[in-house]
Amino acid sequence: MSAMLPPENTSADHQPATGPSFTLAGCREGVRLMLPLVPGVIVFGVAFGAAAVAKGLGFTETMMMSALVYAGLSQMVALENWQAGWSISSLAALALLTAAINGRMVLQGASLQPWLEPFPRAVNYGQLFFLTDANWLITERYRARGGHDLGVLVGAGIGFWVIWVLATMPGHLAGALVTEPRRFGLDLLMPIYFTAMMIPLWKGRVVVLPWLVAGAVALVSSQMIGGYSYVILGALSGALAGALAPDGSEP
Amino acid sequence: MSEAATLGVMVAIGVMAFVTYLCRISGYALMRYVPLTPRVRRGLNVLPGCIIISAIAPIALRGGTTALAALAIAILVMIWRRSELLALVAGLLVVTGLRAFGL
Repeated sequence: MSAMLPPENTSADHQPATGPSFTLAGCREGVRLMLPLVPGVIVFGVAFGAAAVAKGLGFTETMMMSALVYAGLSQMVALENWQAGWSISSLAALALLTAAINGRMVLQGASLQPWLEPFPRAVNYGQLFFLTDANWLITERYRARGGHDLGVLVGAGIGFWVIWVLATMPGHLAGALVTEPRRFGLDLLMPIYFTAMMIPLWKGRVVVLPWLVAGAVALVSSQMIGGYSYVILGALSGALAGALAPDGSEP
Repeated sequence: MSEAATLGVMVAIGVMAFVTYLCRISGYALMRYVPLTPRVRRGLNVLPGCIIISAIAPIALRGGTTALAALAIAILVMIWRRSELLALVAGLLVVTGLRAFGL
């Protein structure tokens, strides 16, 4: 994609006249949209660094995990189940655990696919390394407003990556300074942000049934199965309900 | 021994990184082979909201009154001001406040 700059679009709520683009201005917009979440990512990163020291991970190992895996919740859960020595079977268990927690990314990638389709495959396979809850959510909202600039996804993704890796460092060096992230509600930071983001994703009556199905299936499966598969089961059931619903209710 | 231990840790990190990258690309990779019929489009259209609901519903229930109050405030502030920053701050303030009172 060449850097075709869209005309200045001052009213963010209106669909830009241009088609898909990948611009520096888009990247800057992505960075701007991620700013509200930066403090939370820093605290989470510091907490991960501190937890890694407690589990005996070295500085290089901790930094490599943050830089290469770049998926906070799965890193935290992996630490909870960290082994002193690694066998084939414990590595396989780690792979399954990681896939179970990060499986929601499969769905997030699928929901973005039509939006990503105009861009070269190589670009997408590269930039998707930076896909995470936060930049996915930012992009879905931007997209719901009619935005077409891939830079928003990439800018926010790389921005969060840099902050996540940098925040891991002081956590590892200073140890358990953030001993009580719960006290400031930081365990609920992503849920709160997720919840707020549902408002812009409200698309009228069409979403009522899918959302209800998704919530109900997630609740039931989290009770009955445990683990993290409830996200995938709930989301897939909701999307299926949306797909099977009769046409005509769409705008 | 410590050399072998470090190698094991590196392999473990490599496994996690590989699996996570596969998760990141496979939704995009697989959907390229699914024809975008109106039904598929409707499913994808509601998928983002469904992912969010599924992720937060069990957390909201498990988090009890504090979590429910924080999420409710976040929704109200978002409807009122359409600002995710304000919604986030309001939600966190509710949690901090309620937990300070031992809830």
